[in-house]
Amino acid sequence: MSSVQIRDVRKSFGNFEVLHGVSIPIEDGQFVVLVGPSGCGKSTLLRMLAGLENITSGTISIGDRVVNNVQPKERDIAMVFQNYALYPHMTVGENMGFSMKLRGESSDEINKRVKRAAEILALSPLLDRYPRQLSGGQRQRVAMGRAIVRDPQVFLFDEPLSNLDAKLRVAMRTEIKELHQRLKTTTVYVTHDQIEAMTMADKIVVMHDGIVEQMGTPLELYDKPENQFVAGFIGSPSMNFLKGHVRVNGVAAFEGPNGVKLPLQNAPVASDGRPAVYGVRPEHFTIADDGAEAEIIVVEPTGSETQVFAKVGGEQVVAIFRERHQFNPGDKIRLKADPSLVHLFDEATGKRL
Amino acid sequence: MAVMAEPVVVPARRSSLWSRAFESRNFLGAMFMVPAIAILILFLAYPLALGLWLGMTDTKIGGVGRFIGFGNFVSLAKDSVFWLSVFNTIFYTVAASIVKFAIGLYLALLLNERLPFKSMVRAIVLLPFVVPTVLSAIAFWWIYDSQFSIISWVLLKAGLITRYIDFLGDPWNARWSVVAANIWRGVPFVAITLLAGLQTISPSLYEAANLDGATNLQRFRHITLPMLSPIIAVVMTFSVLMTFTDFQLIYTITRGGPINATHLMATLSFQRAITGGNLGEGAAISNAMIPFLVAAILLSFFGLQRSRWQQGGRD
Repeated sequence: MSSVQIRDVRKSFGNFEVLHGVSIPIEDGQFVVLVGPSGCGKSTLLRMLAGLENITSGTISIGDRVVNNVQPKERDIAMVFQNYALYPHMTVGENMGFSMKLRGESSDEINKRVKRAAEILALSPLLDRYPRQLSGGQRQRVAMGRAIVRDPQVFLFDEPLSNLDAKLRVAMRTEIKELHQRLKTTTVYVTHDQIEAMTMADKIVVMHDGIVEQMGTPLELYDKPENQFVAGFIGSPSMNFLKGHVRVNGVAAFEGPNGVKLPLQNAPVASDGRPAVYGVRPEHFTIADDGAEAEIIVVEPTGSETQVFAKVGGEQVVAIFRERHQFNPGDKIRLKADPSLVHLFDEATGKRL
Repeated sequence: MAVMAEPVVVPARRSSLWSRAFESRNFLGAMFMVPAIAILILFLAYPLALGLWLGMTDTKIGGVGRFIGFGNFVSLAKDSVFWLSVFNTIFYTVAASIVKFAIGLYLALLLNERLPFKSMVRAIVLLPFVVPTVLSAIAFWWIYDSQFSIISWVLLKAGLITRYIDFLGDPWNARWSVVAANIWRGVPFVAITLLAGLQTISPSLYEAANLDGATNLQRFRHITLPMLSPIIAVVMTFSVLMTFTDFQLIYTITRGGPINATHLMATLSFQRAITGGNLGEGAAISNAMIPFLVAAILLSFFGLQRSRWQQGGRD
């Protein structure tokens, strides 16, 4: 186990820079998730960490050692690929023991370690099968087993669950998290799925267009997004954004589209008339007599909760209610956001106000 | 509801036998196969059967032969030229195939790397394959000429030899010379096919092996070779069959000489049957190739049987 330091790392393909100076400190034993939309550079960063891509500038260190010019095999890392990259001509056991075999360890030792890893992952009955004979979830576990057998300093996961069906994805999510709790190996996990990030991470790094937008624990990111991008990216369904102006006439308020009045706890200083974006999470809407008028468009019950799509001041918003209301499309309701849970962003820069 | 349940009365269709036949899957299927079967019978099965029959007769050009059973084979068994051609054919096939495989695999691995002017190099590699065989054979004939050979000239100028090499006059020189010509001609096929095979191997396997600590050689040994083995089996079977039955190169360069040293079974068969007029004996020599070819095909059949890792799940 080791800490990992990523310092001002840049990556260019030809003249095209895809990472613009990324710094991420990762503590020993931490589970860090790099999350962002496709093309944000998260997979490239992971591959640089693995040594599969060169580092254009900046440094990456594992433990106390700068690994910029260290060969992948000498970095003492293990990686789980998106397509698992299992060797199709080797059995599950051979796949898992391959790295040890290359290091020339005795077959007794290999068997012992493979067996132990197989027990951890419930793969013991499958050791003699070939990858083709396994289901997606089993292949996924073999790929993890191959990493575990190595007992590396750092585990790297590159979107490992994206080839699985929804149900299995949820199950494997828990399995990976449990595995990390047991082995406590430093882990860097790349995904585009913010729910995966939220559920698994000790620390989430939100990336966008080659920069780090924000780092923090899942709840920090949820409660205090630093900018509109992070606010919109974290949370499902996404946060509602309404454009308008801040008003400070006695009571702080927000004037939304078409003059809709929305409550604010306290306005940023000297901001009367300032253009801003008002952000409310769907789950923070309540029905209240003094709320803004909204016309229901679509009602989507999911059982545990009901998603309501409605128009406020001509803009569509989503609200989630856990209690069961009798709503019908066309109904007029009054939606109110809890002012203490409202987020306000600068309209031009998207920064949190 | 009762009205709905009443069966719809279909007016009895008075269709001809012909149109009903064309609606039958079996009949139509058979019809679609007729052209292919006709071509196979006419150009494959009939000549083969005729060849087998001729081999059992003493037919000469212009005459009607009579059935002599295995007479041709009995006389061939005592014919040292025939046995020499068998040896030549096996030597030619084994030597050329091994070298073609080695060079072809090397070229394929090279072309699979990132190198400058890659597509141009690939096109150049294919050149020997697109030149008509006889033309390239004539070019080799000049290259091996006892007086005008460019190889001899270059080696002489470089001071490596003192007199011209008699490429096609000495039995072993001649054998190696035609083997070299066959290699030059056959390498592109092996190289390009193996390259296609290499490109189906997922790069992430190499990345995984890299992280697992494999050196270049280990990656070749543990990833490339096993993943490529099914394609190697196909390519080499094909290459062996084509080399074993080769005719054009030999006939153009040496005509089987010197003193039958480069006669292959195919060229000897042609010489005895067409040039010499003994159709029956020539056919018997051709037929003698069949056991070798069947053996090669069987070998590849068992070699080609999909290994266990290529098969689908058992459950």
